[in-house]
Amino acid sequence: MDNVIDVKKVTKVYASERGPVHAVDKFSMEVAEGDFVAIVGPSGCGKTTLLWGLTGLHPFTAGRAFILGKEVDKPRREVGIIFQQANLLPWRTLIQNIKFPLEIMKEDLKGYEQRLQELIDSVELSGFEGHYPRELSGGMQQRASIVRALSYDPEVLLMDEPFGALDAYTRDEMDTLLLNLWKKTKKTIAFVTHRIEEAVYLANRVYVMTPRPGTNSAVFKIDLPRPRPEGITIDRKFFEIVAEIKKTIVRDVEKQKESGAYQSQAYSTVT
Amino acid sequence: MDVYEKQLEEEIPEFEESSHEQQGGFDISSTVSAVKIHGWQQVLGILGVAVIILGGWELLVHIFKVPEFVFPAPSAIAVAFVKSFTNVFPHFLITLSELVSGYVIGASIGLVLAAVLTQAPYIEKIITPYILILITTPTIALVPLLMLKLGFTIVPRIIAVALASGPMVMINATTGFRRTDLAKIALAKSYGASTFQIFKKIRFPLALPMIIVGLLVGGIFGLITAVGADMVGGKMGLGNKLGYYSSLARMANFFAVLVLVSAIGISIWIIFSRIGKKWASWQE
Repeated sequence: MDNVIDVKKVTKVYASERGPVHAVDKFSMEVAEGDFVAIVGPSGCGKTTLLWGLTGLHPFTAGRAFILGKEVDKPRREVGIIFQQANLLPWRTLIQNIKFPLEIMKEDLKGYEQRLQELIDSVELSGFEGHYPRELSGGMQQRASIVRALSYDPEVLLMDEPFGALDAYTRDEMDTLLLNLWKKTKKTIAFVTHRIEEAVYLANRVYVMTPRPGTNSAVFKIDLPRPRPEGITIDRKFFEIVAEIKKTIVRDVEKQKESGAYQSQAYSTVT
Repeated sequence: MDVYEKQLEEEIPEFEESSHEQQGGFDISSTVSAVKIHGWQQVLGILGVAVIILGGWELLVHIFKVPEFVFPAPSAIAVAFVKSFTNVFPHFLITLSELVSGYVIGASIGLVLAAVLTQAPYIEKIITPYILILITTPTIALVPLLMLKLGFTIVPRIIAVALASGPMVMINATTGFRRTDLAKIALAKSYGASTFQIFKKIRFPLALPMIIVGLLVGGIFGLITAVGADMVGGKMGLGNKLGYYSSLARMANFFAVLVLVSAIGISIWIIFSRIGKKWASWQE
């Protein structure tokens, strides 16, 4: 039980208008303390469902999941979640948004002021504390949401395609920023993305999910130097890893198509 | 547990930026921006128009020698206003207290019902037609009946005001409380928020712009009903004075009372525009 995140054959079937959807099937995953793991797979493979299951907001149908040795049954303080969108509250200023979790947890804000300011400085948002979300760019909003997730110092970060809604340039910037924060804070991170390049750049290991119902396909150990040297993303080795993961995904999709089980979810996003 | 919290267990919210768009009702921002004064030029412009209208009115009445019982000049109205003030002021206070008491009762019930009923969609669906009947039936029509039962006191008028403003507040607040944003509720829940915290920190602020619209419209409807109820019977209230002066063809006095009535209406509007500007401007 040394793993910080321990997922044991979790399954999720949820009801939809077109009948039950079998989103995740007996998926297992282990993440050690301080590890950075990415989960990739074709669109609609259930990777988001998996992550939401781990948040405790969206219980699994079968199987068990543990975070820090405790069974995932409700949202816990040790876990921080970063959503697809910044999801800031539009009626609150940036600083009020960042303090929101502490308010809900009824923490004494005084003890956090300095910590919050350091976090705000580290994502280069100082000077914008009094701004409303509508006055901030998408990248700034998402940086604020990262500070919000870190405000109460959770040990684990669950990230659901956090930079998916940003433009390509901002996304790369955010990836670098995230790695810096990870190095500094030593959090354990599970990161869902459909961009293989992003997964390879960020993570120590990449879990590949099969098309729906998503189950374990392969795990890739990313053997690239840390900290990631500049220009790594145009390095031959980087491309080889990315290509291999893409091949795995395409192969999984083809296999399912042959067996007739493939539930038409575009896989063009990975090819 | 809240219905929306339950929904969350079955459904991963979609992150739609458009989920804060207005859904029905009218947009408070138009009333808010209308009251915004961009410097002295606008004030001067508004005053200028007032001078032209009042001056023209005064001039036309004098040129065509319109008798006062047909159409009084602004100057005559001003004189009547000052002269009759001590006589009319108690009636102003009566109408104001009818309005305020009825409104506070109606709006509170409307708000609480909206907050509770949106938690129980089935009951809400059953109750909505009755609320619609209350809205579409002018409650002023009930006043003679109420007076028959309760006498020519202030009580039936307060009830009428409550019946007029309550449903208005309720229907708008309901629209507000229905603007649930699952993603924001998920956010609060992920920090372990209780149902009450979710209501206080997510659902209420999200509903606030529509609640303010409801309070504004409810206030205006309450005023209409209060003045109307005064007219139906009894010997008090601004509505009663309007009927009294018009029956005597004392039109200068009639208009002087009208000035007080519209002063109440304008005050309601200014109060809620200010509140809207402060608490609902985030969605502009």
